[in-house]
Amino acid sequence: MKEVNISELERRFQEKIDNDIRIEPKDWMPDEYRKTLIRQISQHAHSEVVGMLPEGNWITRAPNLRRKAVLLAKVQDEAGHGLYLYSAVETLGADREQTIDDLHSGKAKYSSIFNYPTLTWADMGAIGWLVDGAAIMNQVPLCRCSYGPYARAMVRVCKEESFHQRQGFEIMTTLAKGSPEQKAMAQDALNRFWWPALMMFGPNDAESKHTQQSMDWRIKRHTNDELRQMFVDATVPQAELIGLTVPDPDLKWNEETGHYEFGEINWDEFWQVVKGNGPCNKDRIDTRRKAKEEGMWVREAAMAHADKRAKRKSA
Amino acid sequence: MANREWPLWEVFIRSKQGLNHKHVGSLRAADAEMAIENARDVYTRRSEGVSIWVVESMNLFASDPSEADALFEPADSKVYRHPTFYDVPDGIEHM
Amino acid sequence: MEHLFEYVLRIGDDSLILGQRLAEWCGHGPILEEDIAMTNISLDLIGQATTLLDYAAKIEGKGKNADQLAFLRFDKDYRNLLLVEQPNGDFGMTMMRQFFFDAFRKPFFEALQHSKDEQLSAIAEKSLKETRYHLKHSSEWVIRLGDGTEESHQRIQESLDALYRYTDELFYSDEVQKAMESAGIAPKMDDVRSEWNKTVDYVLNEATLKIPDNQWKFEGGRRGMHSEHLGYILADMQYMQRAYPGLEW
Repeated sequence: MKEVNISELERRFQEKIDNDIRIEPKDWMPDEYRKTLIRQISQHAHSEVVGMLPEGNWITRAPNLRRKAVLLAKVQDEAGHGLYLYSAVETLGADREQTIDDLHSGKAKYSSIFNYPTLTWADMGAIGWLVDGAAIMNQVPLCRCSYGPYARAMVRVCKEESFHQRQGFEIMTTLAKGSPEQKAMAQDALNRFWWPALMMFGPNDAESKHTQQSMDWRIKRHTNDELRQMFVDATVPQAELIGLTVPDPDLKWNEETGHYEFGEINWDEFWQVVKGNGPCNKDRIDTRRKAKEEGMWVREAAMAHADKRAKRKSA
Repeated sequence: MANREWPLWEVFIRSKQGLNHKHVGSLRAADAEMAIENARDVYTRRSEGVSIWVVESMNLFASDPSEADALFEPADSKVYRHPTFYDVPDGIEHM
Repeated sequence: MEHLFEYVLRIGDDSLILGQRLAEWCGHGPILEEDIAMTNISLDLIGQATTLLDYAAKIEGKGKNADQLAFLRFDKDYRNLLLVEQPNGDFGMTMMRQFFFDAFRKPFFEALQHSKDEQLSAIAEKSLKETRYHLKHSSEWVIRLGDGTEESHQRIQESLDALYRYTDELFYSDEVQKAMESAGIAPKMDDVRSEWNKTVDYVLNEATLKIPDNQWKFEGGRRGMHSEHLGYILADMQYMQRAYPGLEW
């Protein structure tokens, strides 16, 4: 095989990307591309797994058997999605347990929305409707991401998540047309989750350091602000339809642009939560770390047993 | 051996009788039985499969992408392997 | 009819309470793959509970549904085994509890398929498929942990010692049970017990675990005499229905 220099490899790589040819695990790729993907996909995986906790908090208290089963199945899906994503990370040569240790040490991030508490049953509705709604907005374009295993994982995730948002909206609809206290519960959940949901799209484009490179590599297809706008445009009419009020005094329809204008996000709060100072950051990480530590003897035993069996077989 | 991680397994699912097993992803498991059960729970929650294969990732050998030209391009020029290469007189059907 | 109601309630409550218990693991499992597995089992059990309690409500004929039975009875009206309400403990405790239960449920559903009650026989047929998988999963884990490391062996032996006393109740026999047996509705408990013994002997032997010498047994759940744990399970489970009576969710 003839020697090929790096800039030639990079040129060919970018050419593939520009022609929408997917990059596959063993293909040559720039180190930065690999690092960016490892960071992004593992953050995404961690978000799924940490995201199990706020909803998991209500499984034992779900108000009826149907809701209990649906919520269990949804949280289980999140574990599954975490696994699809860890599986994609491992194709890049990263080690799953190492990325999880990075999460536990605070080095790796996850979606800041999961650092908010779930205080009432209506929060199960708000999370499904808003949080999964925002996640879908983010994830649908990722189905065409340039990295094959990530794109394929996203196709699976998006297909499965279509029920997640619906079940959330169904909860909200039921509450909104229920008793006055149920309606108040729904409004309160919307009030608490609206702004954190908008924050899920990340900092404004001007502040977002990774956006341009990620767009060039076709990991991202839309900027943070574009996605946020799409989310607001889609969600506000849904709130109106069920008679709930979006907690933003500056929200108004702009006839000319065909978009909603909305108020400024509290970016101080956003950065504080990202840095670890949200209401539940510590609880969430402590919980995950505890699960891993308390499961250690189980994982060791399974491995020891497999070794014993292999030895007996070969003996 | 403390802290040793469970090995990685590649998972292949047959979605229905008559189709090939297709690669769907990977997972961690201590042994083959566990890998099959985990694959069932992770990759067939919505009845996506009727049969599962698992193989430890370390036992899977793959072709080298940098040799793709040498491996696969020679086949492109062998058009005579495809039926459309041949002329068949009008009036002949089912050939 | 009263006996049949009581009988269906017993089967349904076992599924309900164990399903609720397993759901507590969601998000806390020893490895993500196992989180998914336990949730699957929990979902199967909650599905069984829904069908069974719906049927029980129909038999009762007071216009109730499965939810009203699941969420609005008092402690003493629950008919589940003491075994299934025991706390999750560590993963080994949960697997041992599951194994004892699954080893019972498999021959139980196998026989219940031939029940003269068509509804129960249909439920048994569907549940049996689920239970076979549950038993495979829990027995493999009991074997792995028993014949794993020194620590795992010791831990799961302790779980076995703690839970064994609740296993006699699996085969509880009273007036209700006898009436159902002679009506050809319920499986004969002696047969179920001998199958259970076979499975348990085989798996514990593979797992290098021992049945404890102290054979003192507890029962009570089938009569509504529960342990302290059930109250807390219900406090969680019934919270919404008690705090906001009569609403749709």
